[in-house]
Amino acid sequence: MEQILLKGLDGDRTWHLADYVKRDGYAALRKIFSEKMTPEQVIDQVKKSALRGRGGAGFPTGLKWSFMPKNYDGDKYLVCNTDEGEPGTFKDRDIMRFNPHQLIEGMIIAAYAMGIKVGYNYIHGEIWETYTRAEEALEEARAAGFLGENILGSGFSFQLHNHLGYGAYICGEETALLESIEGKKGQPRFKPPFPASFGLYGKPTTINNTETFASVPWIILHGGEKYLELGRPNNGGTKLFSVSGHVNRPGNYEVPLGTPFAKLLEMAGGMRGGKLKACIPGGSSMPVLPGEIMMDLDMDYDSIAKAGSYLGSGAVIIMNDTVCMVKALQRLSYFYFEESCGQCTPCREGTGWLYRVVDRIENGHGKNEDLDLLLGMTDNIQGRTICALGDAAAMPVRSFVKHFRDEFQYHIDHKKCLVPSYA
Amino acid sequence: MLEIEIDGKTVSVPTGGTVMDAAALAGIYVPHFCYHRKLSIAANCRMCLVEVEKAPKPLPACATPAANGMKVKTHSELAVLAQKSVMEFLLINHPLDCPICDQGGECQLQDLSVGYGGVESRYAEDKRVVANKNLGALISTDMTRCIHCTRCVRFGQEIAGVMELGMAGRGEHSEIMPFVSRTVDSELSGNMIDLCPVGALTSKPFRYSARNWELSRRKSVSPHCGLGSNLSVQVRNNRVMRVLPFANEAINECWLSDKDRFSYEGLNAPDRLVKPMIKQGGQWREVQWKDALEYVARGLKDIASSSGAGAVGALATPHSTLEELYLLQKLMRALGSDNVDFRLRRSDFRGKTRGAPWLGMKIAQISELDRVLVVGSLLRNDHPLIANRLRQAAKRNLEVNFVNPTSDDFRIKAKNRAVVSPDDMGGMLENILNALSDPSKAAGDAGNIARSLASGKHVAIFLGNLAEQHPDAARLHDLASGIADRLGAKFGFLGEAANSVGGYLAHAVPAGDGLNARQMLENPRRAYLLWNAEVDLDMNDPKAALAAMEQADMVVAFSAYRHKAYEYADVMLPIAPFAETSGTFVNTEGLAQSFSGVVSPQGEARPGWKVLRVLGNLLDMSGFDYENSESIRDEIDLSCASFDNSIEEEPSALVAAPGLQRVGYVPIYFSDAIARRSEALQKTALAAAPCAWMNAALMARLGVREGEPVLVRQGEGEARLNAALDAALADECVRVAAGHPLTANLGPMFGLITVERL
Repeated sequence: MEQILLKGLDGDRTWHLADYVKRDGYAALRKIFSEKMTPEQVIDQVKKSALRGRGGAGFPTGLKWSFMPKNYDGDKYLVCNTDEGEPGTFKDRDIMRFNPHQLIEGMIIAAYAMGIKVGYNYIHGEIWETYTRAEEALEEARAAGFLGENILGSGFSFQLHNHLGYGAYICGEETALLESIEGKKGQPRFKPPFPASFGLYGKPTTINNTETFASVPWIILHGGEKYLELGRPNNGGTKLFSVSGHVNRPGNYEVPLGTPFAKLLEMAGGMRGGKLKACIPGGSSMPVLPGEIMMDLDMDYDSIAKAGSYLGSGAVIIMNDTVCMVKALQRLSYFYFEESCGQCTPCREGTGWLYRVVDRIENGHGKNEDLDLLLGMTDNIQGRTICALGDAAAMPVRSFVKHFRDEFQYHIDHKKCLVPSYA
Repeated sequence: MLEIEIDGKTVSVPTGGTVMDAAALAGIYVPHFCYHRKLSIAANCRMCLVEVEKAPKPLPACATPAANGMKVKTHSELAVLAQKSVMEFLLINHPLDCPICDQGGECQLQDLSVGYGGVESRYAEDKRVVANKNLGALISTDMTRCIHCTRCVRFGQEIAGVMELGMAGRGEHSEIMPFVSRTVDSELSGNMIDLCPVGALTSKPFRYSARNWELSRRKSVSPHCGLGSNLSVQVRNNRVMRVLPFANEAINECWLSDKDRFSYEGLNAPDRLVKPMIKQGGQWREVQWKDALEYVARGLKDIASSSGAGAVGALATPHSTLEELYLLQKLMRALGSDNVDFRLRRSDFRGKTRGAPWLGMKIAQISELDRVLVVGSLLRNDHPLIANRLRQAAKRNLEVNFVNPTSDDFRIKAKNRAVVSPDDMGGMLENILNALSDPSKAAGDAGNIARSLASGKHVAIFLGNLAEQHPDAARLHDLASGIADRLGAKFGFLGEAANSVGGYLAHAVPAGDGLNARQMLENPRRAYLLWNAEVDLDMNDPKAALAAMEQADMVVAFSAYRHKAYEYADVMLPIAPFAETSGTFVNTEGLAQSFSGVVSPQGEARPGWKVLRVLGNLLDMSGFDYENSESIRDEIDLSCASFDNSIEEEPSALVAAPGLQRVGYVPIYFSDAIARRSEALQKTALAAAPCAWMNAALMARLGVREGEPVLVRQGEGEARLNAALDAALADECVRVAAGHPLTANLGPMFGLITVERL
């Protein structure tokens, strides 16, 4: 099985430049310069690859890059979103820990493709060690002439800086991230305008996820079509899945998009204790799916969407039949309640209300009308907020109640848990 | 222009407009809280969600750009459902304490909850409680009521130019708060009360004193600065309860300065003079109006016949009404005296203008300027809302240049600031004028300012209060107008007071060889008529003024207050302040704004024009038979032909004496009798006791440290003040406030001064 992001990372000190170069590191960049590829040709390859944003929304990367104004006099910025904070997601952290140069190379290529001179990599505040490693990698790249003025004698210049966040989930939202880089409180901006026209410091800006950028060098080196062939039409390439929960070998697994879920589960060592009850296939903000539905699915954007959830960031949370779904939702709802930025009304007021009602049900104080109240509330939050955090808080509630309503009803009727281990 | 259809109506919106703009043009109300036409768009309340054809979800009208062919429904089922859901969220943690909330009856949340709120809440959890904040003497807080619309925050950042409130915390724990242990001290802070759509920020002075539906709203005009802000004075039981802005885009827009808003407290001050009084044998006694006026008439006749009418002088404040000023000078001239003046804080009376000096343009045109030079003005202190116009224009393309003895932060993006001592201001203007002949070569501040001005299309030169009160005011005037002539720029005065222009139109200045305000003190008169004037606080040289009053045989104080005249006057006559009389203020752009009294005069106080009419009659003067104040106004030429800033005779430069120079200025809440008596304003940070401000170099040379008491001497007078650091003050200058009891024993606002350690 072809790997792009994790290939060759079983050695020692793989995060160093020397190791990366041994693994064809910076070959894509050299190829661009030696073959005198134009920015248009680079974007074209990315478009052909059908690479879709790995941060969660799955937006076609090549298309996003083509939104940047071309003949623009002022500054433009490139931003990498390594503010990985979604519960269950831990893939970007490993890219940064073990393969930071692949990200750096991807960003240089992206900067070249869009004519950008300055980039920032916004790193989640709680992974300090990873940040220091990322800083070392930048130093190495600068010293080797991959970053800075006149890169490899090409005449192209690009400065890249790491920016350590403070651990707020909301700063993973791209416009809140921009505010945070600017030194302001991390609060999402309303869109439009989108970052491509009004981004960092009000300048045209492209923001991509770490994994997205890290996939770019391979695409350039091997061609967009090769990448597409790894996956499925409209779902090109491989994807990192962070598998956690009740499996024997939790961890990051890189598989081609379209790999059956059953295969991924098997790679992760199969179920740990009990049988598969439920799975959140794309990080905690995506709708949960019952185990039996999951077992028939393939892991790509379109298949998962057809089943009523989303591939999201690729965080696969596995729950066995000892899990109380009310308790699980209570935990998730608390997360969104805590992480709401408080800027807009439905999310500020709604996330707390959602949590309190779920908490009440979990603690045996639920009322019969609570389930409809919860669903009604999610209707009132979803699609009414400035950013997607409102949706992220609403979707778990909606899907948990939809698929496991009997468990919630049992809690309300019997003031205790339906699941034996919690009773 | 874009064509969009909104609720079936087709409207044209300027490119860049939003759905909210389109709705406003179509006359359709979209419910909202955070949106305000003068503030940036936050889109955080979500109340204005509307249905947009082809959009998968409801969109906020305030933040959605209008597009050609867009079809919007603001009251469709989808839109109303979204609006109602937002209202539900807004109300779950709101205390719903309308019966004890000052905002009740004028609350946007209350009003909209009638249309969009449920009868009963589905929320059964505990409600959030938020600790109140101390924001100072003017704004009262009930933060539990806050709906986080951030209008107050944006107002501070964008309009007042100083961020004194912010939203700290996240999610449910978000709170509007000031910086730690700081208050809101902006001179525009009261507007936050108006902007707050709920009862989170309410007026501290007005709090719990009336419900808004008990108040009658009456239009009036501010008697303070030269702007002439339009007021909605709110009255109950013949008492002014509060003052709110009456929106007028051409003047105050929808704002009021705190001085305009909270000074009304002074109308009900405990020291209001409510009975005519005469001092006999050193004892004050209350008398009937008739007796008092006959006493005054007799006294004036006696002095005029024994010493000539020139022995009588009249001093009026520029906060008096046009009609009062007109009748006062008419009375003086009928008596045979030309000694009348309303320019009490001026010291240089050379440089007579051909007409009434004024702004030289419309106030609203300030917003269209691209270059401006402001000479001698503490903009935020003297002209809070003109400062705001400049602040907003500077965010677009206006380059603002200053020549000032201080470098106060006006929260206006400044292009150049020339900070020079008062003596050097004329020299700086001269340098700018010279630099204009070849701006590319000139160096220094003068060169930079000249280059900035020369590169503009819409340029104006403004003289502020410091420039008018300056001992070499005429030369500053001449040089500034010379700069304006060279550039083909507009030129004018910002205008100190409500009738700084009106006083000229009323001819309340000496016309022939009469004495001006300064000469009347230097050549003491036997009798003075003081119109609203508290000479120890309202005049350029309080010490000389007091001395002149003390030596006079008769001082008649026409005033709304029992002020210091109690010590030196012989007659005190209670006249009505602006709220209790009809009258006219002519603002700095030359706009005559007449107003009616909003309450009847307190006690025996009478409208000033009526008092002067009777006095004129008692003195057997003709032409004093006015039925109403309008008939007085109609005698005065208010046409624009009366305005002219050009100087009749070029003044020569004064020779500066070496030494420490005083930079005098009138602190914002000491400008006039009413503001001085507003209890709330006097508790604000801006009303703090005056200090002797010096820059670090001067403090080091004098060996004084910040906070230490110092003795300030000027001429014969002295004052004990605390030393304070004003890092940006010009060298060898001491900034000492005027118009304040602590400094009333000092001499003129500018001049030589000494500072000693105590």
